[in-house]
Amino acid sequence: MTARFQGSDSYVATEDLMMAVNAAVTLGRPLLVKGEPGTGKTQLAEEIASSLNKPLYRWHIKSTTKAQQGLYEYDAVSRLRDSQLGDAKVHDIGNYIVKGRLWEAFESDVQPVLLVDEIDKADIEFPNDLLHELDRMEFYVYETRRWVKATQRPIIVITSNNEKELPDAFLRRCFFHYIRFPDVATMERIVHVHYPTLKKELLAEALTSFFKLRDMPGLKKKPSTSELLDWIKLLVAEDIPPEALRSDDPKKAIPPLYGALLKNEQDVHLFEQLVFLHRRGGR
Amino acid sequence: MLIPFFFKLREGGVPVSITELLLLLESLDARLAESSAEGFYYLARACLVKDERHFDRFDQVFAAYFKGAEALFGALTANIPEEWLRRMGESTLSEEDKAKIEALGGWDKLMETLKKRLEEQQERHQGGNKWIGTGGTSPFGAHGYNPEGIRIGQGESRNRRAVKVWDQREYRNLDDSVELGTRNIKIALRKLRRFAREGAPEHLDLDGTIDSTARNAGLLDLKFRPERHNAIKVLLFIDVGGSMYEHVRLCEELFSAARSEFKHLQYYYFHNFVYESVWQDNSRRHVQKVSTQEVMRTYGHDYKLIFVGDATMSPYEIVQPGGSVEHWNEESGAVWMQRLTRTWPHHVWLNPEPQQRWAHTPSVQLTRELVGDRMFPLTLHGLDQAIKALR
Repeated sequence: MTARFQGSDSYVATEDLMMAVNAAVTLGRPLLVKGEPGTGKTQLAEEIASSLNKPLYRWHIKSTTKAQQGLYEYDAVSRLRDSQLGDAKVHDIGNYIVKGRLWEAFESDVQPVLLVDEIDKADIEFPNDLLHELDRMEFYVYETRRWVKATQRPIIVITSNNEKELPDAFLRRCFFHYIRFPDVATMERIVHVHYPTLKKELLAEALTSFFKLRDMPGLKKKPSTSELLDWIKLLVAEDIPPEALRSDDPKKAIPPLYGALLKNEQDVHLFEQLVFLHRRGGR
Repeated sequence: MLIPFFFKLREGGVPVSITELLLLLESLDARLAESSAEGFYYLARACLVKDERHFDRFDQVFAAYFKGAEALFGALTANIPEEWLRRMGESTLSEEDKAKIEALGGWDKLMETLKKRLEEQQERHQGGNKWIGTGGTSPFGAHGYNPEGIRIGQGESRNRRAVKVWDQREYRNLDDSVELGTRNIKIALRKLRRFAREGAPEHLDLDGTIDSTARNAGLLDLKFRPERHNAIKVLLFIDVGGSMYEHVRLCEELFSAARSEFKHLQYYYFHNFVYESVWQDNSRRHVQKVSTQEVMRTYGHDYKLIFVGDATMSPYEIVQPGGSVEHWNEESGAVWMQRLTRTWPHHVWLNPEPQQRWAHTPSVQLTRELVGDRMFPLTLHGLDQAIKALR
């Protein structure tokens, strides 16, 4: 039985997340992770790799990424150039095959973790082009006429921000997990993992302000976990006392350093207006 | 035993396939969920549901499928006094006992037996290995050691989580009625993209290079070609004023998303229905009108025509000449509509009114017929369908 993923010192995993990860690890199927930005999707792969002691290969997807690039690329231009210069290298086409991340992961001696980050950024057809490769963990190199097979089925973690819908055939092959925005209790654990020495009062106040802010109607971009952690870091660095966060004091209703939480000038504006109204109401 | 559940899921609108069912069975076989019913729920969800929008439906079906259990829970909490179920001391069971419990088998059988036992049992029971109660080895009751046990009247599980996670339906607001934001609309509109190569040649054309190098007797001759651009052309007709006021925000979002997504986007406004003229600037609508004929001449047949409006008005405004509320129109709106749809065969009507209300408004029905039933609600799902119809 392989080791089970239980979260780690620096990552809080909920029970359903652990179940999904362990299922994916045990059965060697890809795990598709979705969720709000900043809920630790990418970090999950890193944590799986470090807690199970496996090498991590990252493949970051951009809008121009092609599936083939993850397998290998044939550098035709440099071969053409070499042929004109009379380089002896040119006789072996293998010299011009550049390995992609998937190939590297397939070749690894110990079972690796492969992170396919933000798969939804790529073209709509991208996931379809990888169906066979993810299913059978093998592919064919036409130029050298050989099969590349995975020595160890990698643990594949795929993240998506839901910008595009993924094809059904692709989804069928994956386990799926949606990282829900953490509730207060989970959030406390998360913050504790990152700032174990944080004062209890400061944490409580910070979390109240944070969840209040998230509940504010009409925000264009709600602050996420990663932003909360940044904010707390700033609060600690500036040595802000917990009393300063208490919003029932109308004079100090705006939490200090809120720039770390709100990333949009309309949101900041809306927020200031609300606070202003709140103050007037308080008088 | 999971096959009826599988079909219930499909009936409930969760798109599950046989592959996924087999995957679930395989994972159960690998003993991934032996710890708890909750584990089984999480595992089933990870295997069978591939879109968070379907989580809620899954939760409902899951709850309904194990409804036998639910009903019994209800009966139990009604009949059994609270203190029956109070937490008792840890029972100490041997490995042998635990193995015996395994033998009781899956959910179905468990439920059946539970029903039977409930009928037989009249009193509170604790310890022992058959009756429902707490602390024993019977699969029914709380705080016991049966891994497949059905929890009765117990607030927290041993794994410190509440029992019926699926009943909380936390994913309710993730279901299909997702609020439209510009980002979502942009993504939806993106599906309408058609790429074509236009503009300055900047990308290396590998095939062309190889071809021309070969023709050049092996001397490298690099060829370039222009980058791909979105070449789709969109013509937007938006209803303003009157009953559209309540949909202003939604229309604004659609409009701004469309503006940034399509390079070739033309837009015109109309009030209630399209007649002989439309306008581009709402503040000067009475001064600067464009004749609809002119619009029809200006933009080619390859434009996609999108109407946005609630189509809620008096039916006379559509079928009668002179029916317009604002001016005297020589020809009826229906005639103009037919001209427009003939000019641009790719057309849809997006209606911000909820679809349930359409049937109660005759003008919506009329408009719907005029656009050949290509009216869709202005939600993400509707937008998706509209884009399918446009292609």
